[in-house]
Amino acid sequence: MELTTLLFYFFSLLTIGSAIFMVFSKNIVHAAFALMFTLLGVAALYVLLFADFIAATQILVYVGGILILILFGVMLTTKGFTDNLKTLTTNLRPVSVVMTLVAAGMIYVLLTTTWPVAEIAEPEGTITGLGTLLLKEYILPFQVTGVLLLVAIIGALLMATKVKHQQ
Amino acid sequence: MLSDFGSILLFMIAGVLFVAIALFVSKLVRPHRPNADKLSTYECGEEPIGDARIQFNNRFYIIGLMFLIFEVEILLLFPWAMVFQDLGWYAFSAMFVFVFLIFIGFIYELGKGHLKWDLPSPAVPEYVEGVGVVERDIRTEDDEFESDGGLTFK
Amino acid sequence: MEAPIVSSYIVMAGALAVLLNSAAVVVYVERRVAAFIQNRVGPNRVGPFGLFQPLADVIKLIFKEDVTPIYGNRTLHTLAPMFPVITALITVAVIPFGDGLFITNINVGVLFILAVTSLGVYGVTMAGWASNSKYSLLGGLRAAAQMLSYELPLGMAIASVVLFAASLSMVDIVNSQLYWWHVFVNPIGAIIFIIAAFAEANRTPFDLVEAEQELVGGFHTEYSSMKFGMFFLAEYMHVVIGSMLITTFFFGGYHLPFAGYYAHLLPEAGTWLKAMLDIAVFLGKTGFFVFLFIWVRWTIPRFKYTQLMSLGWSKLLPLSILNFAVIAFILMLIHG
Repeated sequence: MELTTLLFYFFSLLTIGSAIFMVFSKNIVHAAFALMFTLLGVAALYVLLFADFIAATQILVYVGGILILILFGVMLTTKGFTDNLKTLTTNLRPVSVVMTLVAAGMIYVLLTTTWPVAEIAEPEGTITGLGTLLLKEYILPFQVTGVLLLVAIIGALLMATKVKHQQ
Repeated sequence: MLSDFGSILLFMIAGVLFVAIALFVSKLVRPHRPNADKLSTYECGEEPIGDARIQFNNRFYIIGLMFLIFEVEILLLFPWAMVFQDLGWYAFSAMFVFVFLIFIGFIYELGKGHLKWDLPSPAVPEYVEGVGVVERDIRTEDDEFESDGGLTFK
Repeated sequence: MEAPIVSSYIVMAGALAVLLNSAAVVVYVERRVAAFIQNRVGPNRVGPFGLFQPLADVIKLIFKEDVTPIYGNRTLHTLAPMFPVITALITVAVIPFGDGLFITNINVGVLFILAVTSLGVYGVTMAGWASNSKYSLLGGLRAAAQMLSYELPLGMAIASVVLFAASLSMVDIVNSQLYWWHVFVNPIGAIIFIIAAFAEANRTPFDLVEAEQELVGGFHTEYSSMKFGMFFLAEYMHVVIGSMLITTFFFGGYHLPFAGYYAHLLPEAGTWLKAMLDIAVFLGKTGFFVFLFIWVRWTIPRFKYTQLMSLGWSKLLPLSILNFAVIAFILMLIHG
C-alpha cells in the first residue's frame, strides 16, 4: 500500500473520529477541541488533493478564526468545568426508519455509480491559476464576496453591541 | 508537492516528540508533594475570593469577528498579488473596488467606536456651593456600551 | 569543490537542534546584554563567562515540582504549553538558510507561516482558561486578542512583499532580493512587520499580558517546572523565529547586500564555501535582529493595553492597507 493511501486513511479516520467524538461528547470544551482536530484533518485531506492554497486557507480561517470564536464563546460562558451537555434522543422509531431508508439509498448509489478513477497530475502553481480565474471569469462573484464581507461586518457589529435605551 | 508536505509532517511529529520527551523526563525526576496551599489558586498571597470566572466583555468577541473578516480579505489579496501585473488595469481596478468595500466596513467600525478601547471616565468629586461634595460622572453622553473597557472584574 | 549533499533528514535534525540551542543561547545573550545596558555584569559564575547558565536553568526547571491547580482542567493544562513550542518549531521548515539549504520549498510557504502563527493563539487561550484563575483567564484573553489584532498588519506587510516577489514560496521571496533588499523598496512594510513581530512574540513593549507587575504573570501564573519551561522556551524561540522572518522577508535572507551586481566575485552556487557564506550571512543578520529585540526590551517602557489595541487596529492596519495599495499602484505603473 502506498504511503499516500496510508496517509489518506489516517487523516480520514482522524477527521471522522473527531467528528463522532464531537457529536457524542458530553463536555463542551472537549467537543470544541475535537472540532479543531476535525478541521485540521480536513486541511490535511486538501493537501492530499494537491490543493495547498485551500489547505492553508482552511487552517487560517477555520482553525485560526472561527474556532477561536467558538472557543471564546464556550470558555467564557460555561458555568463550570463539569458542565455536562444534556443529550437526549426523541422520536427514536420513526427517525430510525427514515435513516435506514436514506442509508440504503445512499449505499445503492455508491455501489452502482461508475466513479472516474484517474491519477491527478500534480498541478503547476495552483495559486496563479486561482488568481487569474478570480479576476477574469469569476470577477462578479469576487465583488459579490466583497459586498458580502461588508454586510457581515455591519451585521456582526450591530448584533454584538447593546444600545442603552433612553429611560 | 506531496513530499514537501510530508517533510513538514515529519517535522511536526519531531516537534511533538521533543515536547513529549521533555515533559516525560521531567515527570520522572521531579518531586511530587502536593499540599492544600500549593494546590489552591494564587491570588497575590491572599485566599482566593469567588470562583475563576470573569464577566465576559463583548469587545473580545468583536475583535475576533473583525479579525476573521479582515483575514478573509487578506487571503483573497494573495492570489491577486501574484498575478496582477499581467492582467491589466481592469483587474487592478476590480481589486481596488474589493478593498474599498472592506475599507468602508472598517470606517464604519472605527466611526461607531468599536475600536475605542479607552478606559471610562472616572467619577470626579467636586465641591458645589450649598450642596457639599458631589460626585460628578464625566462620562461622555454618547457612550453606548453598558460595560466598561473590559478591564475590571465584575 | 563538489556540491554539498544535503539529505533532508540531516537538515531537519540540524535545523531542530540549531533552533533549540539558539533559544538557549538567546536566553544567555539576553541576560548579558540586559546587564550591559543596565551597567552591571550579568551571569558569569556558571562556566566560563557564565556560558553554562542556560543549561543550569534547564536542569533546575526539570527538577522543580509541578504544581497544577486542583480545580483546573488537567488535560488542557498539560496540552497548552505544547502549542507555542510546536508552532515555533515547524516554522523553521520553510525558511531557507542558504542556496538550496532548506527543509522544504512548498508553493505556499508564506501562507504556511501565517497559518502557524495563528495557531499560536491557542496556546495562550488554553493556558489562561485551564488554570482556573482570574488572572490567568484575563491574561490569556488579552494575549489572544493582542495576537489576533497584530496578525492582520503582519499579513498585509507580507502581502506587500509578495507584490514584489510574485510568488508565495519563501525561496522565491529570498531570491527576489538578489539585487535590492525589500527594506529599501518597501520601508514602511518593513517597519510594520517588525512592530507586528514584536507583538506576536509578546515582547516588550507589547508584553503586558505576561508582565509581573500587571497580572502576576498573566496566563502562565499557575505554571511551574517543565511546562513553564516550555512557555519560556517558546517565547525565546519566537524571538529567534521573528528575527529569521524579518531577515527573510525584508533583509535579503542569505544574500549579501546588492549581491546580484557582484555575483561573479562570490563563490559558485552549490559549493561548500557558498553554503558556509550563506549560513554565516543569515546567522549574522538574525543575530542582529535578536539583539534588536533585546535592546528594545530593556530600553522602552511597555504599552498600556488600550494603547496597544488602538495602535494595532487604528494605526497599523490602515497604514498597511494603504502601503499595499500604493505599492501595487506604483508597480502597475512601472510594468503595466
